[in-house]
Amino acid sequence: MAELTAAGQTPDVLFWVGCAGSFDDRAKRITKAIARILNASETSFAVLGQEESCTGDPAKRAGNEFLYQMQAAQNIATLNGYGIKRIITGCPHCFNVLKNEYPELGGNYEVLHHTQFIRELIENGKLRMADGAPFKGKRITFHDPCYLGRGNGEYLAPREVIQKLDAELLEMRRCKQNAMCCGAGGAQMFKEAEKGDTEVNHERTNEALENKPEVIATGCPFCNTMITDGVKNANKESEVEVKDIAELIAEAADLLDTPAP
Amino acid sequence: MLSQLLFLVILGTASFFFVKRIGVIRRNILSGIDWDGSDRKLERWKTMARVALGQSKMTARPVAGIMHIIIYAGFVIINIEMLEIVIDGLFGTHRIFAFLGGFYNVLIASFEWLAAGVILACVVFFIRRNGMAIVRLTSKDLQGWPSLDANIILVAEVVLMFAFLSMNATDAIAQARGLPHYTAAGSFPVSSLLAPLYAGLSDAGIVGLERGMWWAHIVGVLSFLVYVPYSKHFHIILAFPNTYFSNLDAPAAMDNMEAVTKEVQLMMDPSADPFAAAPADAAPPKFGAKDAPDLTWKQLMEAYTCTECGRCTSECPANQTGKLLSPRKIMMSTRDRIEEIGVSREANGGEWKPDGKSLLGDWITEEELWACTSCQACVQACPINISPMGIILDMRRSLIMEDSKSPESITSMFNNIENNGAPWAFPAGDRGKWTNEV
Repeated sequence: MAELTAAGQTPDVLFWVGCAGSFDDRAKRITKAIARILNASETSFAVLGQEESCTGDPAKRAGNEFLYQMQAAQNIATLNGYGIKRIITGCPHCFNVLKNEYPELGGNYEVLHHTQFIRELIENGKLRMADGAPFKGKRITFHDPCYLGRGNGEYLAPREVIQKLDAELLEMRRCKQNAMCCGAGGAQMFKEAEKGDTEVNHERTNEALENKPEVIATGCPFCNTMITDGVKNANKESEVEVKDIAELIAEAADLLDTPAP
Repeated sequence: MLSQLLFLVILGTASFFFVKRIGVIRRNILSGIDWDGSDRKLERWKTMARVALGQSKMTARPVAGIMHIIIYAGFVIINIEMLEIVIDGLFGTHRIFAFLGGFYNVLIASFEWLAAGVILACVVFFIRRNGMAIVRLTSKDLQGWPSLDANIILVAEVVLMFAFLSMNATDAIAQARGLPHYTAAGSFPVSSLLAPLYAGLSDAGIVGLERGMWWAHIVGVLSFLVYVPYSKHFHIILAFPNTYFSNLDAPAAMDNMEAVTKEVQLMMDPSADPFAAAPADAAPPKFGAKDAPDLTWKQLMEAYTCTECGRCTSECPANQTGKLLSPRKIMMSTRDRIEEIGVSREANGGEWKPDGKSLLGDWITEEELWACTSCQACVQACPINISPMGIILDMRRSLIMEDSKSPESITSMFNNIENNGAPWAFPAGDRGKWTNEV
């Protein structure tokens, strides 16, 4: 972003990568897939790089409002400094904070989840699926992230994007507003689970496996981690892949050779 | 004349105790902190009409939902009959609305069908609660009083409806026999089934039973009026204001604490004068909720509105996987605590003397709070838009910002965000590294 600004340019969108997308090895693959999609669709975009900092979501949900608001103040100063208007992100937790919680603190942006942006690219003809897409006819089940679905009412975008793959979209017993959590939210990702009979992610993954899917599609890096772990727990890694929708699209649209930014 | 006087006394007594209790609940609710729900009035009315009046979220569970709608419709519509009973009782008239003619017949017939429906629904509910192993209706949250409370109401409703139908059955017999005062009025499709039970009685017996059932019905209803505000059944009233004040923002959105915003602005503003921050007499702000009065009045109203149906708990991923957390219990504990504070305040002439106890710690444990994934399933499940999650997150705020108590891994997460701008211990400088790896 700093380089573009120095060159006197303003990108159309800012890609907010998020902490998982920046540091977690598995989530970085999702980040790269999103970047490929942005490049292939010739979207003018930038990332903040070192200037991006945690939105403060896990701190806020764990009760540390001070830390959250410090992070918010810093990020809003950065975003406003660059005159950012439109943000896309691959993380529903960042999406929720940027969209719903920053405006009151002075950060007003149009915020899109990557599946919403991908849908827009497809609708505008900027992104096309290759013929004979690798997912044609495959059994795909989609796990709704709480902070995208129930929390922000977006159930359609991820499903419409999956349907572009010509795959068989299977709904889980509990989906959309009734979807079960993966177990990562509310800062659970960063602590041991409390004592119980079983783990939330195992329970949810087993429900996904009832559909006998070939792919469990996710739209959140934390869900991805939790469900991947659940699939391992069920000894199904050889049969079932856990992939973010961005990765599915990047593969289907044959973007693998598209250079990174 | 004597019976009119007796009626007036009973009606007055019941109303007195009802109004008194409402005053206590109102004061308890308003002991919470400020919350502004004065915005978006049209949207609020619409939400109330849809969720409370229209019962839109009830049918997510079809059996319980449909049965509930029958009882709800019965309750609301049979209350028109109550109006007639009150007028008759006060003025010594009999079936004062009978002049409505054909329309009156339709009214009475519909009351009878609803009464039959209410009896059926209450029997089904009683069986579901006591005879079937439905987890949310038999779990340990409900042991003791809550379970008894539910059964008392179900039995009482059946008794009330039976009295109502028997009153009509004997009235119809009296009408057929041409007894004085019993002018022909009403249509009795359901109570006519009860008529054979009473057909053998003498004229005096019929009149005695009709009066007896009339009194049983009205005294029963007035007792119910006094009982309801002590019971989970108070939701029949509070569901309306509670849904009016529903959260209208995205369920995932969490409020930004104003007190913290001010502190952060002071910290970030190099020209701020730290000594001019607050007037000396201002009470230091309290962060988060440790005890019930630290919650907003809206949250305390939610506690009084909760019907203990347990849909929240049965949808909670933490509860489903055997964790200690039960969102329903969060609401029940909040109500128990604010009740206790109310009673103690009453005993001290309206003054609240701290008793060394608090909602967080004595009723709700840290283990419960830390089991929440903030997934909002409890909020979605509640038929009257209560948010147990809101209370959980406000209590976490108190744990962290007042008591600095958190699991070790959460403390590290805070430190990492503070030092590296990420919840993990990666250097901030590596944030853009992925761009080189493609």
